[in-house]
Amino acid sequence: MRAAALFLAAFCACTQAGEIPLAERRSGYEFMGRETRAMQDDDTTNPALFALLDGETLWNRADGAAGRACAACHGDAAQSMKGVAARYPAIVGAKPLNLEQRINACRVEKQRAAAFAYESKELLALTAYVARQSRGLPIAIEANDTTRPFIDAGRALYERRQGQLNLACSQCHDDNWGRSLAGTPIPQAHPTGYPIYRLEWQAMGSLERRLRNCMIGARAEPYAYGSPEMVELELYLMWRARGMKLETPAVRP
Amino acid sequence: MARVAVTVPASAKRGEVIEIKTLAAHVMETGFRRTQTGELLPRDIITDFVCTYNGVEVFRAELHQAVAANPLIAFTTVATESGTLEFKWTGDNGYVATHKAELKIV
Amino acid sequence: MTTRRQFLALACGTLAASELRAQLDPNIQAKRKAALDAAISKVVGDAPVRAGKVKLDVPPLIDNGNTVPITVTVDSPMTAASYVKAIHIFTEKNPQPYVITAHLGPRAGRATLSTRARIADTGRVIAIAQLSDGSYWSDTVSVIVTLSACLEDGLI
Repeated sequence: MRAAALFLAAFCACTQAGEIPLAERRSGYEFMGRETRAMQDDDTTNPALFALLDGETLWNRADGAAGRACAACHGDAAQSMKGVAARYPAIVGAKPLNLEQRINACRVEKQRAAAFAYESKELLALTAYVARQSRGLPIAIEANDTTRPFIDAGRALYERRQGQLNLACSQCHDDNWGRSLAGTPIPQAHPTGYPIYRLEWQAMGSLERRLRNCMIGARAEPYAYGSPEMVELELYLMWRARGMKLETPAVRP
Repeated sequence: MARVAVTVPASAKRGEVIEIKTLAAHVMETGFRRTQTGELLPRDIITDFVCTYNGVEVFRAELHQAVAANPLIAFTTVATESGTLEFKWTGDNGYVATHKAELKIV
Repeated sequence: MTTRRQFLALACGTLAASELRAQLDPNIQAKRKAALDAAISKVVGDAPVRAGKVKLDVPPLIDNGNTVPITVTVDSPMTAASYVKAIHIFTEKNPQPYVITAHLGPRAGRATLSTRARIADTGRVIAIAQLSDGSYWSDTVSVIVTLSACLEDGLI
């Protein structure tokens, strides 16, 4: 009887053992080579520069039937948007929205303009510009009564085996981070710098695009852009990275 | 609109070697890639870059498909006199981009 | 409905197309090496290329072959009497060997060039500097390029 109880206790401890201890968390930045890190660090040659410039232009451009720019209500982004990206995805109404969706909601409701398509140059630029205003700030997602159900849903997706390779995110990114996969180090998968300039794409992209890449890598059907699964997964990943500094716009391999 | 970003100091001492970093927003399509259905995507790259200093060429480069998208070209020049640095990129399909920067000798 | 015979005929017919055949060419590495040698010859002619003076700074293990930061510096006083005329960068395994050619002069102050290259496969990257006295100097770095584990297109 005691043996069974001990075994059960050990098993429960094991199911938590997969999670990376908070103090051992490292950003994807630390898994890159010196030169790639230098690309991110130099603001004048960071390849995401154009997205930031475009984002600033869009921020100041009057748009929609209301003929208003973001700046008309929000003024100087450096002030008004400081800290915003660090707490997204956030519960808006009844469910979580990611930053892209929040921006589009503003466009549709306040500017009375058409939403930007997911992964469009405009949405990436505006999201990068807004998120850049939180650079250096700690990711601030809280687990409370409102967020907890969605964080748990995201965690369940993260730990779920999927695809032809039957892999769960946690198997690589919790259990085997730091080891090599096809010659490349496996990072811990913290979304510390999105939208990123990914060297593989030679372009800017969102966290959802990156997650879709991973799912296709496991030969799974990727979740659709903006789907509840995607946003729950994003929320879980950001919560998992709570306290880590935002690096937007990051450069990643 | 052809987007470029140039980082060059606004002022320098006479004879000082200054660093110039340039970025051009360009997809640099190699002409070797194919779509999923097999069609070849035609080449579309920046082919040439020139920097002149008060009208005199001080740096020139020829780029090929192996230069990554959003090309970075960084080089140096001697701050000889106050004046204008002009930058010009040209490429396939009539691509042209220009930029000017003023340099003051202090 | 396509029969198995029809399908095989279709598949072989596609393979017969010359462009796809090129990618399956068993001699492709030899051809690319020949193209590299030809490109270098075009630049240097008959002149010997000596190792030295040139420093090619490229990561030996590359994070992603699509965007590789490269810096070339050449040890030269960059005076009117002795300067670097040009810096050429080549790769061994790309579909075509040229990366970039920079034309410098005494007004450069320092012989340095930084850019970002695409390097398709594990192999050598070669930088050749042409000096004002007509000599050629080079540096070669062997780099390892791995494919990204998580892509978005299917593997063709």
